[in-house]
Amino acid sequence: MKKIEAIIRKSKFDEVRIALHEADIDFLSWWGVKGQGTAKQGLIFRGIAYDVNAIERIYLSFVVREVNVQKSIDAILKSAYTGESGDGRIFVSAIEQSIRIRTGDRGDESLYDKEQ
Amino acid sequence: MKHTVKYILIFLAIFVTPAIAFAQDNAVPVLNGGDTAWIIVATILVMMMTIPGLALFYGGLVRRKNVLSVLMQCLILTAAIIVEWVAVGYSLAFTSVEGGLNPFIGGFDKIFLQGIGINGLLDGYGIPELLFVSFQGMFAVITPALIVGAFAERIKFSGFLLFSLLWALVVYNPLAHWVWGGGWIGEMGAIDFAGGTVVHINAGISALVMAILIGKRKGWNVKGAAPITPHNVPFVMIGTALLWLGWLGFNGGSGLAADGLSASALLVTNIAAAAAALTWAMLDWIINKKPTVVGFCTGVIAGLVAITPAAGSSGVLGAFVIGIAAGLVCYFMVAYLKPKFGYDDSLDAFGVHGMGGIVGSVLIGIFATRAITGDGGAQGALYGDWHQLWIQVVATAATIAFSTVMTWILFKIVDAIVGIRASAENESIGLDISEHGEIAYE
Repeated sequence: MKKIEAIIRKSKFDEVRIALHEADIDFLSWWGVKGQGTAKQGLIFRGIAYDVNAIERIYLSFVVREVNVQKSIDAILKSAYTGESGDGRIFVSAIEQSIRIRTGDRGDESLYDKEQ
Repeated sequence: MKHTVKYILIFLAIFVTPAIAFAQDNAVPVLNGGDTAWIIVATILVMMMTIPGLALFYGGLVRRKNVLSVLMQCLILTAAIIVEWVAVGYSLAFTSVEGGLNPFIGGFDKIFLQGIGINGLLDGYGIPELLFVSFQGMFAVITPALIVGAFAERIKFSGFLLFSLLWALVVYNPLAHWVWGGGWIGEMGAIDFAGGTVVHINAGISALVMAILIGKRKGWNVKGAAPITPHNVPFVMIGTALLWLGWLGFNGGSGLAADGLSASALLVTNIAAAAAALTWAMLDWIINKKPTVVGFCTGVIAGLVAITPAAGSSGVLGAFVIGIAAGLVCYFMVAYLKPKFGYDDSLDAFGVHGMGGIVGSVLIGIFATRAITGDGGAQGALYGDWHQLWIQVVATAATIAFSTVMTWILFKIVDAIVGIRASAENESIGLDISEHGEIAYE
C-alpha cells in the first residue's frame, strides 16, 4: 500500500479528478492550501501592485494498492501538467496498515469495494 | 372710463393692500410638508451611511480576524453619539452664547433639547427643529466613524471609545459651530454645504494624526512580506453602494428643503462620484493593467467626499472637475505618498476623506457659480472673483490646524488614561476574539 499525495494547481483540479476516476481511483480526499514556491501571483490593492508568493493550491491525498500506484501517478502527471512554473509535486510514501471502519477489513481489502 | 379706473384703484387700495400686509405678517415660516418629508427621508439615508454602509465598507477592507471589531466600532458610535448629540452636542454646535465666545462655541441653552417643542420650526426653514436635530445628529455620528479607518486592526476598544466620545465633544461640536452654528468660519463667508470641513477634512486630518501616533500594524509595508489585503471585497462593494445612495440624502438634504437647490445638489453629487470612480478605474487600468473593484469603490468615495462642501455652489462643470481632481489626488496620495511617508492609515481615511475634502473645499473657490448660489451669491475664481478662494483656503487651513492639535492632545490624554494600542499579542490574534470574544466566520 502506498499513500499518494499531490499539490496541484486549483485550475487543474477538475481535470485531475476526472483522470483519477478514469484510472479507477474513486477514493480520495483533498483540501485547499496556501503555499509558497517560485511561482508568483499578482495582486492589486488601491493602486499598488504586489507579487505575492503565497499561492492557493489543492492538496490531495489517497491510499492505493501497489497495482494502482503507477496508474495514479501517470494520471496526475498527465492531467495536472501545464509546463509553467508552479505545476506542483507528487509524493509517494509507504503505508503500514489500513483498516476499513465499517467492516474491520485490513490491508488491500480495505481499499476497494469487494461487491463490485 | 376715468371713473372706472378710479374705482378699481380704490378697490385695490381697500382690499389688496391689507392682503399684502397680511401676507407680510404671515412671512413667519410655516411648516412645509414637502420639505419635512424629504428631510426625514434624508435623515434615514444619512443614518444608513454609517450602519451598515461605512461598517461594511470598512469591514470588508480589513482582515477576517478584525471584521467584527470594525462593525462594533461603527455600531457603538451610532448609539453613543446619538446620546451625546441630544445631551449636549446639538446645543454646543447650534446655539449661541453671549459675548466673545460665540465665534468659537455654542452654549448650553438646549442641552437635552430643552425648549424645543414639536411645533417649533428651525429658524428660517419650513422643517421642525427636532428634525434638524436628528438630521445633524447623523452627521455627528458618521464623522468619528470615518476615523475608524485610520486605526483599524490595532486599537483597544476602550481607548477607541473614550477617544471618539471626547473627540465628538471637543472637536466635532466646536467645528460644527464654527462653520454652521454661527461661528467665525461661517460668518467669514466660507462655503461648506454638507460637511467638507466639518466632516471630511476634520475626520481625515484626525485620522492622519491617529495613524501616525498609534503606529503601523505589524507586518504592514514590510518588504517581501505578503500585503495586508481586504478579506471581503463584496462587502466593500455593498458598503460603497449604501454610502453612495446615502450620500444623496447627505448632500441632497443639506439645503434643508425639497427644492431646486436640493435637486442640483443631488445631481452634482452623482456627477462627481461617477467622474472620480471612472478616473480611479482608468488609472488602475493604465498603471497596473487591471481595473479593480476596491479601486473603483475608493474612487466613488473620493468623488463623493470632494463634492460634499461644493454641492450647493457648483454646477455641472464644477462637479466634473472636482470629481476628476479628487480621483487623481486621492489615488496619488494612497498609492504613492502613503508608502513613501510610511504612515499606516489602514483604510485610507486620510487619503480619501482628508485629501478629497481639501480638494472639494478649495475648489469651491474656483467653481462656485451664481447659477447655483443666486444673484449676489458667492462665485469662484473661474468667474473672476478671487475673494471666495481665499476664504475657502483659510477655512480649510483652520480646520486642518484645529483637528491636528486637538486630536494630538486627545490621543495623549486617552493613551495615558486607558491606553490606545492593542497589545502585540491581541493584535496578532485579531481584535474580534481579543476585544469582543466573537468570531465572524466559523
